[in-house]
Amino acid sequence: MRRDTIPSFDLYEPDSLDTALELLHRFGDDGWPLAGGYDSMDWFKDRTKQPKAVIDLNPIAELHGIRETTDGVEIGALTTLTEIECSPLIKAQFGLLAEATRRVASPQIRNAATLGGNVCQDTRCWYYRYGLDCYRAGGNVCYAAAPDGQDREHCLFGADRCIAVTPSDTAPALVALDAEMVIHSTEGERVVRAEDFFMMPSVDITRMTVLRPTDILTAIRLPSTWAGANFYFEKVADRNTWDFALVNVAAALSVSDGVIRDIRLACGGVQCIPRRLTDVENDVRGRAHNSDTAERAGALAVAGAAPLNYNHFKIPLMKNLVTRAVRNA
Amino acid sequence: MADSLIGEDFVPPDVHSKVTGRAKYAEDARADGMLFCRLLLSPMPHGRVRSIDASEALAMDGVFAVLDADDLPAVDPPETPVLTNEPCYVGEPILAVAAVDEATAQNAIDTITVDLEPLPFTVDPLHSLRPGGPNARSDGNAVVRREGVREIKWTTEDFDAAQDGALPVGEPSVEWSYGDVDRGFQDSALVLDETFVTAGLSHHSMEPRTAMAYWQNGKCFLYGSTQSQAFVIPGLARLIGIAPENLVYIAEYCGGGFGSKGGAYPVMAIPAHLSKKTGRPVMLRITRAEEYYTGSARPGFQGRVKIGFREDGRVAAVDLYLVQENGPYAGFGDYTSAADAVSIVYTPVAMRFQGIAVATNTPPRGAQRGPGQNQIAVAVEPLIDKAARHLGLDRVAIRRVNAPDHDSRYGGGQSDITSAYLSEALDKGRARFDWDAKQAQSGRRRGSKVIGIGVGQAYHSAGSNGFDGLVRIAPDGTLHIHTGVGNLGTYSYASTARVAADVLKYQWDHCVIERGSSERHLPWNLGQFGSNTSFTMTRTNYAAAIDAVGKLKDIAARTLGGSPDDYDIGDERVFRRTMPAAYLTYAAAAQRAIELGDRFSGQVLADNLNSMTKTSARALAGTGLIGVAKDTLPREGTVPALAAGFVQIELDLETGKFDILEYVGVADCGTVLHPQGLANQIKGGAVMGFGMACLERHVYDSHYGLPGSIGLHQAKPATYLDVPLRMEWDAVDAADPQNPSGAKGVGEPLLGCAAAALLCAISDALGGHYFNRTPVVADMIINAASGRGQSHTPLQVNTA
Repeated sequence: MRRDTIPSFDLYEPDSLDTALELLHRFGDDGWPLAGGYDSMDWFKDRTKQPKAVIDLNPIAELHGIRETTDGVEIGALTTLTEIECSPLIKAQFGLLAEATRRVASPQIRNAATLGGNVCQDTRCWYYRYGLDCYRAGGNVCYAAAPDGQDREHCLFGADRCIAVTPSDTAPALVALDAEMVIHSTEGERVVRAEDFFMMPSVDITRMTVLRPTDILTAIRLPSTWAGANFYFEKVADRNTWDFALVNVAAALSVSDGVIRDIRLACGGVQCIPRRLTDVENDVRGRAHNSDTAERAGALAVAGAAPLNYNHFKIPLMKNLVTRAVRNA
Repeated sequence: MADSLIGEDFVPPDVHSKVTGRAKYAEDARADGMLFCRLLLSPMPHGRVRSIDASEALAMDGVFAVLDADDLPAVDPPETPVLTNEPCYVGEPILAVAAVDEATAQNAIDTITVDLEPLPFTVDPLHSLRPGGPNARSDGNAVVRREGVREIKWTTEDFDAAQDGALPVGEPSVEWSYGDVDRGFQDSALVLDETFVTAGLSHHSMEPRTAMAYWQNGKCFLYGSTQSQAFVIPGLARLIGIAPENLVYIAEYCGGGFGSKGGAYPVMAIPAHLSKKTGRPVMLRITRAEEYYTGSARPGFQGRVKIGFREDGRVAAVDLYLVQENGPYAGFGDYTSAADAVSIVYTPVAMRFQGIAVATNTPPRGAQRGPGQNQIAVAVEPLIDKAARHLGLDRVAIRRVNAPDHDSRYGGGQSDITSAYLSEALDKGRARFDWDAKQAQSGRRRGSKVIGIGVGQAYHSAGSNGFDGLVRIAPDGTLHIHTGVGNLGTYSYASTARVAADVLKYQWDHCVIERGSSERHLPWNLGQFGSNTSFTMTRTNYAAAIDAVGKLKDIAARTLGGSPDDYDIGDERVFRRTMPAAYLTYAAAAQRAIELGDRFSGQVLADNLNSMTKTSARALAGTGLIGVAKDTLPREGTVPALAAGFVQIELDLETGKFDILEYVGVADCGTVLHPQGLANQIKGGAVMGFGMACLERHVYDSHYGLPGSIGLHQAKPATYLDVPLRMEWDAVDAADPQNPSGAKGVGEPLLGCAAAALLCAISDALGGHYFNRTPVVADMIINAASGRGQSHTPLQVNTA
């Protein structure tokens, strides 16, 4: 339960990536990489997570900033959401990410929160955040999935012991943009596609991403493939600021002569990972970019949805958002 | 200078310090050697402490003391204990640890073993009322006024008799009626019989409550966070176990209370007890999360109302049953206040009320802005719309035909009221909002979006009497207005103080408001809650100022000759009417008062003054001319504050989201004392109302009794993007005849009228779909718009 009192820990402020990686390697499960702090501090205040060593990544210059590359744009993982939201380069080429970023939390939070932190944040299932010994916390029960579970914010798809959802607004946008996630460890660099970065509970129920405790997400690359495409992002939350999505949708469409030549679509808030809607993509690719196609997309998007006690509203909501995304992108 | 300060804007004296950050809240208090304490909270919704092992904690460096329920005097059930051995909700304080800092205190708490025996629990009153249902307390499940706790169970037949999700009706703990209710329904053209639920709500005070205490020369000095000042002292002294005169209470600023800090509350006493135990000053800072446990909450209702309407919309009869989710302790009389509100807002020809407050294992319930009146506003106002649709009536007109006038009666006893201008408020709002033109836009589609408009009304009693006023004219000629009401944040402590300046014909910049600490010698005043301040404190300050005027004239007569009646006041002088050159300045008169002593300078006091006022006046004796008097002005009847709100929204049928395009709030608050202050109340009340109607959550897992809406981001009060940037306001501005300034309070119904108007606008946008539940959140709107059923059952409470 909530304690609101941060326990003591050793704070490390490395100024190079190599030093940070060495520290994470040294402390293993007792180490904790810190970016903007908006996920971390909640865990610390509640004393649910009590790392011995907190490694503040902020002093590492190479983790900050937005850079043009030969094949698109690379965003340092510690770049703040405000910097991304306001970047002329991102706005001009990848307006989808700028818009998704603009809808995260509140301006004050976006000033300190980072893109890396936003995609790496843990789920917001209130039972899990309460500190209960659920599956995701290493226990053997899901409180939210119990017969009386208060699961309004939980998943429509992919329930596998855990029914929590991804809380990120930027993650669906990165999946739609076919982004690449650059990961470093003491073993070197590896790059994974955004849609492979997020982890299903069936793979490892205690993790939301492929990151291991000794890994650092250093950058996010946006390939030029989708630069300047037709974009659509919409987030529906209870409140219009400082709230997590009930459902969000991110779409990138390549349209010419009134025909959808290519499309990538993803929804947040409906599954543990950003749900890429490949069936919808395959169905609408080559179809006319019109309301009929959009309606097909919406209906197909929710096929197979398995609602819980309190979240069947997400079915019409997701359907409507996908319809709007395909219609209005 | 205006002829009168009443109705003029001014800058209240605490504004600058607030906006510049210089204001000192309780958390800013410091004392040498001060310790901090933290609380060990119950992890389970109901249990009994078998044993506590704090030996490891007490052996830790920096830990000074552990305080538990055995260290404290027992309280009489159903009062909320300071600490308990029978926790009745998750988050209830079991013990406190004092240490050099909060981290050390929390580290110590983490080592303490509390062996708790789990006891039956429930978060649903109806669950507890079932035969054999769990009791939230070991001594019963019903909190009965003037009786205490007892067990009440309804029969299986009671439950079986309720059909189709209707509220079952069993033995109430309170009931009243007037008129011939059955006849009223017989005479009705339309009878609605509706079951509804209104959610509990946390208070979300921006300043989490803090208290710091130390002892000096036998007195306890306590810095606290409360809406009120003098009113807090007797209750807080009792919690500490001392006489009120041995408590020095400092509460200069309050970062929001909304009812939860109206009087003394139990955790305030913890640092005082720990300070006594350790011999050091001790501070307790309740955290944001803890606010949602110990900070109390508005009770929710499970209700059923049968309303009979004549063809013209006149309410012929009402039969109201309310089950109040009371939390585990004394709670608050929301359900009875709700019934009273129905009696005055709709003036039914006949009415019956039955109700029961049922203990649940959720946070203690307390007053929240419009306690009861605003829950019933959000429940009943949409039903008035429903009736208007059935009867083919305009929705403002149906309200107007039932609106009270000055001769209307109040509550089960059908007692008098002082004044009522709800019809005028509806008329003003109708014109300002341009209701008729807006009505023509109702239902207009723009893509997936549709226009809805709504009107809402609410009521709260708004004034009291019988408290004391105290002013002092200093030898330098300045007027010191001593006010013990407190500083809730509405600035009404200042606007009501201006009445004293007005009576004495002072320039405002020659006046000083003395407040915020017992050391400033404050009179006995009612707390700053219940929308009462504007009415109550204008009367007390008026009474004190009139006393001072009489003494000025008496002193002038004694000094310059003639009789007191020969004298008048003006330009801060007391002068002879027939010979204006014969005068005393107020400064000179104050000096004469000191020389004369006796009643002129506070040495001799009226017997009818409260002992707190006498103590303060004696402390000031000999320092100037003392005006001090009890408010004995006549008052007959309840003082109604009434308000009407008008809302236009555009609702997106595909997302369940809406934008509030326009809001107009109109107050019946008697004569307007302070226009800017009133504007803040109307707009701020609307912001709270929009949250109550459509955003705020109070979620409990019924199987584990765990809270799912802790903290601002889970409980979801409205944000700046959920409300319109511009809101319009107006006031009837017609005097209440029983107040010397014509003023009435109005803070509370301004929430309810806005909440009700928004709910009515949503139902209007949906073509007349009524939810019979608040809050109406996005998922409910999506479900309704897409023709799906709702996830919750009709009587479910504390649900997602």
